[in-house]
Amino acid sequence: MGRELSVVDGGRAGPDGRSPAGSVLRVSGPLVEVGDLPDVAIAELVALGPNGLPGEVVAIRGATVSVQAYEYTGGLAVGSPVQALGRPLSARLGPDLLGGVFDGLLRPLATAGTWLGVTAGTGPGSGAGAGAKDRTWQWRPRVVPGQVVTAGTVLGTVPDVGAVEHRVLAPPGTGGEVSWVADAGRYTEAQPVVCVGRTSVRLTELWPVRRPRPVTARRLADQPLVTGQRVLDAVFPVALGTSVAVPGGFGTGKTMLLQQIAKWCSADVIVYVGCGERGNEMADVLDELAALADPRTGRRLSERIVVIANTSNMPMMAREASIYTGVTVAEFYRDMGHDAVLIADSTSRWAEALREFGSRSGAMPTEEGYPAALASALAAFYERAGRVQTLGGVDASVTIVGAVSPPGGDTTEPVTAHTQRSVRSLWNLDRALAYARHYPAVGWSGSFARDVDRLGAWYAAHGDPDWARRRARVAGLLAEADRLTDLAELVGAGSLPGHERVVLLAGRLLREGVLQQNALSANDAHCTAAKTAALVDAVLAAVDECDLLVEGDVTATEIEEVDFSPLLRAAQDTGPDDAAGVRERGTRMLAVLGGLR
Amino acid sequence: MTDLTLRTGAPRLAVEHSAVEELRGPLLVLRGTTGVGWDEYAQIRGDGDGGAVRHGLVLEVDRDLAVVQVLEGTEGLTRGTTHARFSGTPLHVPVGTGWLGRVCNGRGEPVDGGPPVSGRHRAPVAGHPLNPVRREPPSQPVITGISAIDALTTLVRGQKLPIFSVAGLPHLELAAQVAAQATTGAEGFCVVFGAMGLSHADADAVRATLDDRLAAGELLLLVNTADDPVVERTLTPRIALTVAEHLAFECGRHVLVVLADMTSYAEALREVSTARGEMPGRRAYPGYLYSDLASLYERCGRIRGRDGSVTILPVVTMPAGDITHPVPDLTGYITEGQVVLSPEMHARGIYPPVDPLQSLSRLMRHGAGPGRTREDHLELAAQLLAALARARQARELAEIVGASALSGTDQYYLELATELERRLVDQHPGERRSLEDTLERCWQVAEILPRRELTMLSARVLAARDGG
Repeated sequence: MGRELSVVDGGRAGPDGRSPAGSVLRVSGPLVEVGDLPDVAIAELVALGPNGLPGEVVAIRGATVSVQAYEYTGGLAVGSPVQALGRPLSARLGPDLLGGVFDGLLRPLATAGTWLGVTAGTGPGSGAGAGAKDRTWQWRPRVVPGQVVTAGTVLGTVPDVGAVEHRVLAPPGTGGEVSWVADAGRYTEAQPVVCVGRTSVRLTELWPVRRPRPVTARRLADQPLVTGQRVLDAVFPVALGTSVAVPGGFGTGKTMLLQQIAKWCSADVIVYVGCGERGNEMADVLDELAALADPRTGRRLSERIVVIANTSNMPMMAREASIYTGVTVAEFYRDMGHDAVLIADSTSRWAEALREFGSRSGAMPTEEGYPAALASALAAFYERAGRVQTLGGVDASVTIVGAVSPPGGDTTEPVTAHTQRSVRSLWNLDRALAYARHYPAVGWSGSFARDVDRLGAWYAAHGDPDWARRRARVAGLLAEADRLTDLAELVGAGSLPGHERVVLLAGRLLREGVLQQNALSANDAHCTAAKTAALVDAVLAAVDECDLLVEGDVTATEIEEVDFSPLLRAAQDTGPDDAAGVRERGTRMLAVLGGLR
Repeated sequence: MTDLTLRTGAPRLAVEHSAVEELRGPLLVLRGTTGVGWDEYAQIRGDGDGGAVRHGLVLEVDRDLAVVQVLEGTEGLTRGTTHARFSGTPLHVPVGTGWLGRVCNGRGEPVDGGPPVSGRHRAPVAGHPLNPVRREPPSQPVITGISAIDALTTLVRGQKLPIFSVAGLPHLELAAQVAAQATTGAEGFCVVFGAMGLSHADADAVRATLDDRLAAGELLLLVNTADDPVVERTLTPRIALTVAEHLAFECGRHVLVVLADMTSYAEALREVSTARGEMPGRRAYPGYLYSDLASLYERCGRIRGRDGSVTILPVVTMPAGDITHPVPDLTGYITEGQVVLSPEMHARGIYPPVDPLQSLSRLMRHGAGPGRTREDHLELAAQLLAALARARQARELAEIVGASALSGTDQYYLELATELERRLVDQHPGERRSLEDTLERCWQVAEILPRRELTMLSARVLAARDGG
């Protein structure tokens, strides 16, 4: 696949005039040490060996340059030639991204061969870049010659790609008078379509993945990202343009939850990075996305999703790059004015790639062998989330959802511990809940959401003044029910006073009727904010009624014997946005309870 | 392993390197090896070996040094009399149906008295990552003939499903039984059994179980015993998977790969890593254990537009029964579920002692149910698992308040739990149960409960049961 390097470069001309050729001194897996590359820069891209394997400069020590290779280095020998390419590792950002599947360096997988990494020239994957380069795109200009533009101005659009409008912008750092505009028509990605000052703008641009794309200003993140998952929207909400981590041991339903968010959340564009995860799972995601219709556009859901698939058996260092590639793609759509969500599953595999490379390059290890830079690298990554005013002057956002896979389910391990400090919300997946088949297994005791007040204000301003009160009540009841459950295990539930037994009942109704959600049910896979509110209200109303009853003559045992299934089945039995249906069932439940008087 | 020699004709093959810098544990460090590539394969001769050839893989090249991992170990090698030849490429093995019916050691050399295995094609043992876009999601079951697995944790073609066990439990018997009797019902099903670090007694028992299938030419057995070279174990699963991939994706076979015991494999990996002075991770296993295990387990699957499949059933013994130990933990993160064996059930005399509640096949809904196994299968399995979970609660309660204080309904659940072990899970080590038999047993167990308790069975399924 080495020849495909030109895809990463966007097929531009080689290094400017100079011909810096070094040679390999040492190879240990993905670590390659190179000599005789005097002018090379940190983070510069190099081509290793006769097959031109891509690699990135990570350290320069005297005359020795350390490179991390992005592909299998088998056969690479001491003395093999190394070419410096004069530019950092960059993503090629263009109209082919939406609906596509790419590897960690953003090379299209659809046109690569069945087996990856087969030596260039012999494998079916070689020359894959050629097709992409010949492909033409519809171009519709929005500016005219003579117009003065600044960076971020929309110069034109590419219609009919993906489900959101693809806008071609004046790139960061450009500006001035438009001197030439191509007529509407079809162009390849390499052909210029606009000249701004002396800069030719093409349909694709290259951007160094480790450098955040510039914005005009950061905005306050004060509106929710609606996920369609009740436990998240009602109890642990995440604001658009912030970050959330999802720690969970294996078997806690982490990937399932992330896939649900990818399918149903309220963002315009989803970038789904499968970072060091299962190949079959990835195949399943791709199949499902291709089959699902987008409830918002009526087109296929995959048309607003970019998938970056770097499964656990693909080259490890590309896994390290894939997280940055993904967030760069999300920023690219943000700059067009869209709300983008980056879902990274799993950041632990990314951290492990850092650790393995650190170990090979002899870096001083800190906690559990991770490099000292782990905490700051995690924090910097999550900082690329944000709600911003773009260079073009519009509000847009990148939200980051990062999965964490703690070894042995130990949440005190370094990746989980450092991630918790860097994010605004935490959805902690609880093994005990998963074991009891309570999905999504987001535990209420270990999770947090730091923007609750701000989001409560937003809901209040947008037609739901009760959101904050409802959320506080649910959180309080769940915590109180947990405390009483522990107590009841010691003394027996029967010896608790009536109103405490109602709290236990309330905990059960909230867990089974509201928080649990069946990802495989057409009615329940996602839930609108209105239906979520109606469900919570129905349960709280029933709980209030039960409280009144035990204060009167009704015993707690009598209440516990009531058939609550109309309430518990309301989520399953009504459509995803059927709030009225839920309310109707809630009223019926109250009538049944009222009959006890 | 004469047949594993690489294509001759590479000019460097003539060059022999004998400037030994260091010999330590499994490692041989040679000087003057400029031009040797990383991960190349080498043949090593020591004067004391009487002409026998050892085999090595290049772990690192540094200036004019090459660090070689010697599969047979370095015992008996000396500085002055050791010679190495490098092949110019990573290790390849012949692939094809010639492996079927054979018994080989952990390096792929025959130990059954037959000629070396040959094949028209050769493939690198490291394999290549399968493009995720070309993967076909797993579907359709592998019928193992073990009721506990077929009924409640169905193995799906293209899946990787480990058996988690602890020392002293019959996990090898179970793995061998599955290898001996599993089938997809279609022509050309075959099995590759890779045994690593087994005692001779265990290896003999496995071989005896597999004899019929071996004679039928449906099986390859690779055996590395506990007293065989440790480092050789790092190669055994790779040879097994390379052979399996070719059988599946080039010959259109459905291949089941059994790898036992992966904990021995990981220990061999740790030994090499420690000898190299690498930074230790959890419990001194190398930091790349996850990537390394993934490079094996991820070789299962199916490919769009091709017929065959590779299904992997690794056996992992959890040291001291600790499921958070790095090997089972990382395995659990990569594999699609797990079959967990229970010491308590073993003590009660149940074979196989599969704990249905701790076990899980994540892909079951793709491999069982209408059009795959039987219409009622998934509902029946869900009903039994839910009932078993309730029975566990009832049993805990009974231990506090006494069984006689339980409600009548709870008593039914307790009976169900007992009968589920006795009638469904328990079976003879030589018994191959048909799917019909297994599902009938499921029904008999489920019907211990009153009908009103069978809430997870749809009206249609219940009606079909009554009609039949």
